Amino acid sequence: MSDLLSHLDVAGFIVATLVAATPLTLAAMGGVMSERSGVVNIALEGIMLTSAFAGYAAAVATHNLWLGVLIAIIAGMLIAGLHALLSIQFLVDQIVSGTVINILAIGITGSFYRTYIQNSELAGTGVLPALRLSFLPNSPFIGVITLAALALIPVVHFVLFNTVFGLRTRACGEHPLAAETAGINVYLVRYSNVILSGALAGLGGAYFTLQQIGNFLPNMTGGRGFIALAAMIFGRWSPVGAFLASLLFAGADALSGRLQISGVTLPYQILGMLPYVLTIVVVAGAVGRAVAPAADGKPYKKGG
Amino acid sequence: MKLDRALRRRLFEAVVLPVLSVACGFVVAGVAVLLTGNDPIAAFTALFQGAFTNDRAFGETLVATIPYIFLGLAVALGFRAGLFNIGAEGQFYLGAIFGVLAGNHLQGLPGILHIPVALAFGMLGGFLWAAIPGLLKARFGAHEVITTIMLNYVAFQLTDFLINQGPMSDRHSTAPRTPFIDAGAQLPILFAGSRLHAGLILALLAVPVVWFLIERTTIGFRIRTVGFSQGAARAAGISVAWTLVVTMGISGALAGLAGSDEILGVSHYMPSSFSVGYGFDSIAVALLARSNPWAILPSAFLFGAMRNGAAFMQLETQVSADLISIVQAIVIMFVAAPAMVRWIFRLREVPAGGIQITQRETAGVTSET
Repeated sequence: MSDLLSHLDVAGFIVATLVAATPLTLAAMGGVMSERSGVVNIALEGIMLTSAFAGYAAAVATHNLWLGVLIAIIAGMLIAGLHALLSIQFLVDQIVSGTVINILAIGITGSFYRTYIQNSELAGTGVLPALRLSFLPNSPFIGVITLAALALIPVVHFVLFNTVFGLRTRACGEHPLAAETAGINVYLVRYSNVILSGALAGLGGAYFTLQQIGNFLPNMTGGRGFIALAAMIFGRWSPVGAFLASLLFAGADALSGRLQISGVTLPYQILGMLPYVLTIVVVAGAVGRAVAPAADGKPYKKGG
Repeated sequence: MKLDRALRRRLFEAVVLPVLSVACGFVVAGVAVLLTGNDPIAAFTALFQGAFTNDRAFGETLVATIPYIFLGLAVALGFRAGLFNIGAEGQFYLGAIFGVLAGNHLQGLPGILHIPVALAFGMLGGFLWAAIPGLLKARFGAHEVITTIMLNYVAFQLTDFLINQGPMSDRHSTAPRTPFIDAGAQLPILFAGSRLHAGLILALLAVPVVWFLIERTTIGFRIRTVGFSQGAARAAGISVAWTLVVTMGISGALAGLAGSDEILGVSHYMPSSFSVGYGFDSIAVALLARSNPWAILPSAFLFGAMRNGAAFMQLETQVSADLISIVQAIVIMFVAAPAMVRWIFRLREVPAGGIQITQRETAGVTSET
């Protein structure tokens, strides 16, 4: 056992967990915003995949990684806007609308990948810089999107619980008719939140291509958008809770990676199941205690 | 000619809406082809040739239609109870694994027994795999969308473990795959020189069976009632939890049957890239058919044709086969949003609103059951 522990250097493990938690935290916070306003967002996976691609493509085209991040965020907002249009305007079942976007994301990124990236001479974009936190002794280098995600946690928390916009958001998620009666434009609030969730998930998508590997691979998000949803539920629809839950999943991810390297005899596929099985266990275990916003998933018809 | 209002609505929902949706899907996909710098006319011509007119193409389209029928029925059955079974893909894998196990390890059994036993094993595999999210939903209220998707990933890892130098791998093969199943367990070929197998007959039989199950049996009545309103079902004394578990189980059994049928009829062993997304596509198959078992047939045929034609299209024109995912997404979008189709085509008559697939009362990510 001590032999095993010596392989798992603790500081390295913490950093790996923090980094792996980046897209989960961002997407889960996006989910929090969207669902607090009453719109279920299972499109997070598709939004991240599209943004990962768009950010990469923009970075390749402009030779500017920062522009890539910006485009990834805008792409996320556009795709989320489609989800908003379908589910808010056209009253499409929100789960179906999310599924549409997830399939569309595979189709679009797959088509463009095959045409422009596969078999091309593109050497990749390189990755965004990692920073060292000067106020911490022996601080490791941490990627900028990870730092941005950490900085956004208090921001999202503040917006949601300490601003008028946040209050309106929560009102629309709990009782849209009452909100409308009080003079709140439910559609506008829901649109804003879904699109903001796209911006957050879009930044999460940029992590995959522009921070993690500097390249795009088909389906590279690998279900992280869905795990983020589980993190959102486990975190009881709060930004801080979502972050802590993301750390749990990311920890499982980082641990399975480290156990493989440290020569544990379990097959790597069994270790690879770890984050997914954990998600199932957590979703099943959390639900009794976690309560969704009352109007979550219910389309709102004006005057209805 | 003046049709009465109710008939006009039914005609719109059953025929006009799906056809317009598919048409819109191809238009949007055509734009995507243009954006990737290719010729959409050439791409769609190749798609059509690959699906129908090339040598043996029609038979191959039918071969691809078979799993779509089983899987489309599986997803549609779930929808009828308000369940969104996105796990058909994983259940398809489990059905294949169980099919290979039975196909390999029951040697000496006569084919007339071996084939049904192996198919039933596949159903069992799918049933067990789908019963997990069913139980989790019934007992803990865990939303099936998340649990079934997670189980898909677990199924992929499990398959990779089993066949990639694992306990089910073929020691004599360099590729990661299982050994071939017993010759006696293979489904007979319908037409010599083609790959079209007797699974087609099974699939065609499955349609009326599922229709009968949904429309004419007690369990079907419970499924429909729970799908309509869990509150009403509870008030009528129906056990909602039990119905959800049974519905997921039957849905998984159909998906598992698709998996074992694919092993027994087409590949005769399990390769590492077994499915290429049949289970995911079947969500679109079921939605396009509006969860009506009979309508699964044309819907599955369309997707079989696209799947088969896309491979040829990719070869001929360098347009990615992923293009059909775009068609699929747009098709689902329009089928689920009739208001949008009417708006685009300026059709009169106010729609009754979007179709409801998942239940309102369970549509959040949690539910009480």
